Amino acid sequence: MDENVKRIDRRDFINSALRISVGIAVGSIGGVLLARTSKDDMVWQLDPAKCVQCGRCATSCVLTPSAVKCVHVYNMCGYCDLCGGYFRPEAKNLTTAAENQLCPTAAIERKYIEDPFFEYHINEDLCIGCGKCVEGCGSFGNGSMQLQVRHDLCVNCNQCAIARDCPADAFSRVSRESPYIFKGFSTDETT
Amino acid sequence: MKLHKFQIAKYNFQFLLKLPAIKIQTLLATMNSNKIKIIVLFILLGIQTVAISGPRFPMPEFESGHTQPPTLQPEPRSDFFEIFDAFVLIAALTVITWLIHKKRSRRGVFWVSIFSLLYFGFIREGCICSIGAIQNITLALFNPSYQIPATVIAFFVIPLIYTLFYGRTFCAGVCPLGAIQDIFALQPVDLKTWVQKILGLIPFIYLGLAILYAATSTDFIICRYDPFVGIFRLDATFFMFSIGALFIITSVFIARPYCRFFCPYGVLLNLISRVSKKHVEITPTHCINCRLCENSCPFGAIEKPVPVKEIGNKNTALRKFMTLSFIIPLLIFIGGWTGSQFHENLAMVNADVRLANEILTTDLQDKTIEFSEEIKAFKSSGKTADEIYAKANEILDDFYIGGWILGGFIGLVFGITLASVSIFRYREDYKTNKGECFSCARCFDYCPVKVES
Repeated sequence: MDENVKRIDRRDFINSALRISVGIAVGSIGGVLLARTSKDDMVWQLDPAKCVQCGRCATSCVLTPSAVKCVHVYNMCGYCDLCGGYFRPEAKNLTTAAENQLCPTAAIERKYIEDPFFEYHINEDLCIGCGKCVEGCGSFGNGSMQLQVRHDLCVNCNQCAIARDCPADAFSRVSRESPYIFKGFSTDETT
Repeated sequence: MKLHKFQIAKYNFQFLLKLPAIKIQTLLATMNSNKIKIIVLFILLGIQTVAISGPRFPMPEFESGHTQPPTLQPEPRSDFFEIFDAFVLIAALTVITWLIHKKRSRRGVFWVSIFSLLYFGFIREGCICSIGAIQNITLALFNPSYQIPATVIAFFVIPLIYTLFYGRTFCAGVCPLGAIQDIFALQPVDLKTWVQKILGLIPFIYLGLAILYAATSTDFIICRYDPFVGIFRLDATFFMFSIGALFIITSVFIARPYCRFFCPYGVLLNLISRVSKKHVEITPTHCINCRLCENSCPFGAIEKPVPVKEIGNKNTALRKFMTLSFIIPLLIFIGGWTGSQFHENLAMVNADVRLANEILTTDLQDKTIEFSEEIKAFKSSGKTADEIYAKANEILDDFYIGGWILGGFIGLVFGITLASVSIFRYREDYKTNKGECFSCARCFDYCPVKVES
C-alpha cells in the first residue's frame, strides 16, 4: 500500500494483461466452436418410431395448445371404415356421433370417399397433440397417424420442454433442411 | 472412484436380460426374410411398433379417381432471420454504447431498451438469448456430437467482447430480460451492503449448476427457470407466469432483481467489465464531490469516497493476508468435498439416472401395479437394465467429478467475497463499481458538471 506513485501503473498493467487474456480466451472459445458449427440451424423433432404416446406432448409444451400435432401420412393410410384412430374401442356404431370418437377435441374429420373407403383429416387448430389417435391407429391400423412438431407453431426453445419430459427419449435436434421424421416411410416420399 | 449403487445392482439384476422384448428382437433378426410371419407374430403378440413391417391394411385403390392429399410439412422460420438477429444484436450494442459513452443520454438508452424488449423479447420470443447461450457453449465444448448453431456463438461472444471494451452496455438495454425489469424499477429501495454481498453469491452458484447440468447433457436449467420467456410469448405454464410476475413485482422495489441476484451471464459480464478498457464515469470531467449522484443509482453500484486515507498497519495486513491464504484453499476443499458428497442428489435431475433408479426400485414382473410412463417406455424400447445402469454409472462418475469442481468453485467464490470485504481501497471521488454497474446512464443526469463545448 506504500507505493503510491507506481500503483496506478501496476494496476493498469494487470488490467491490460487480464483484458488481453480474457479477449484471447473468449476469442478462442468462439473460434474453436465456430470451426465445428453446423451451417444450418437445428430444430426440435420427435421420432414416431420411439414415441410411446404417453400424452405428455399435450401438456409439457410451452405453448397452449402444444406445437406437437397429429399428422396424417395419407399414403400410409388404409382408409378403413373401422378406424382405430377415429373410433373408441367400445364404439357402438361407426358414425360420427361424438360418443364414438376417440379424439377428445373432435379434431379428426371423417369423410366418405367410396365404398368401403373413408378419409381422415386432422384439424390442426383443434388438435392438442395428446396422441390418443396415434395409439389407436398404431395398435389396430397401419400407423399412419403420427405425432410431429409443427414448425409453423414451434417457437424452437433452446431446450425443448417436451424433450425434457419425454419418457421415450424420442425428441432430438434435427437439421432444418429435413425437419420432419415419419415412421415407415422416408420423409421425401410423403410429399 | 466410488462404487455407485448401480454398479452393485448390476450383478443382482441379471434376470432383466430375459425380458420377452429381447427374445422377439432376436427372433426378428433371424426371420427378417419372411415378412408375413413377422406381421402375424406382431399381431399375435399385440406389439405396437411396426417400424419395419408392411401395412396391416392394404393401400386403397380408388375407382372414383380420388387421389390422396399430400401430408403438409410447414417449414420452420427461415434461417435468414437467425443471421439477421445477430446483426440486430451488433447494431443495438453499437448504438447503445455510442449513446452511453458519447451522448451520455439516458433517454436514448431507454428507447433502445424499449426496442430490445419489443424485438428480442416479444418478436423473437426470447430464444435464443445470451444468458441461455452459456449452456449451448458448455454442451458444445463437452459433447462434440452437439452441433452448435453459429448464431448461438454470436449471441454468447459479441456481448462479452463489447463488455471487454466498454463495460456492461449489453445489460443497459440490449438484453430483453434486463430491459423489462429496468422499465419497472419505479421505487427502488437501497439494500444493505451485506444483503447485496450475500445475494450476489447466488448467480455464481446458479452459473456453476447450469454449467454442470449442461456439461453432463442433463438439462438447460437457465432456460427452464427463465422468468420472462413466458411473458415474451404471452403463453406459458402457470409456474412460469408466476415466477415472471414475482420478478416484475419485486423489480418495482428492488431494481433488476434477476440481473443482480440470479443472472449467470451477469457473472461473466461482471468479471469481464472489471478489466474493461473503458467504463462509464458519473462525471464527464472531474468529480466535485457535490453528493448529488449519491442516491441516483437504483442498483447500489456507486462507490462513495472514503473520507480518511487509512494506512494499514503492516503487521495487521500481513496477518490478514496469511489468514485469507489459509481460509481460501480450505473453503475450496470443504466446498469440493461437500459437492462430491451430494453428487448422487445432483445427478437425480438427469433423466437416465432417474430411470436407472426407478428400474432398480420397481419390480418389473409385478402385474398388479400401474407402471410409470418411463418404465413402460423402457420396456417397449427393448433395452436391457444393464445398459441403463451402465449409462447411469457413467453419468454418476461425471457428476462426482463435477460435484468436486462445482463445490470447489463455490468455495472459491465465498473466499474471494470474504477477501473483498476485508480489502480496503482508497477513493477520493464518487465512482461507478465497474463490475456491478449496468451502464444504465441514470446517474449522468444527476451530475452538475457539464463538458465545456
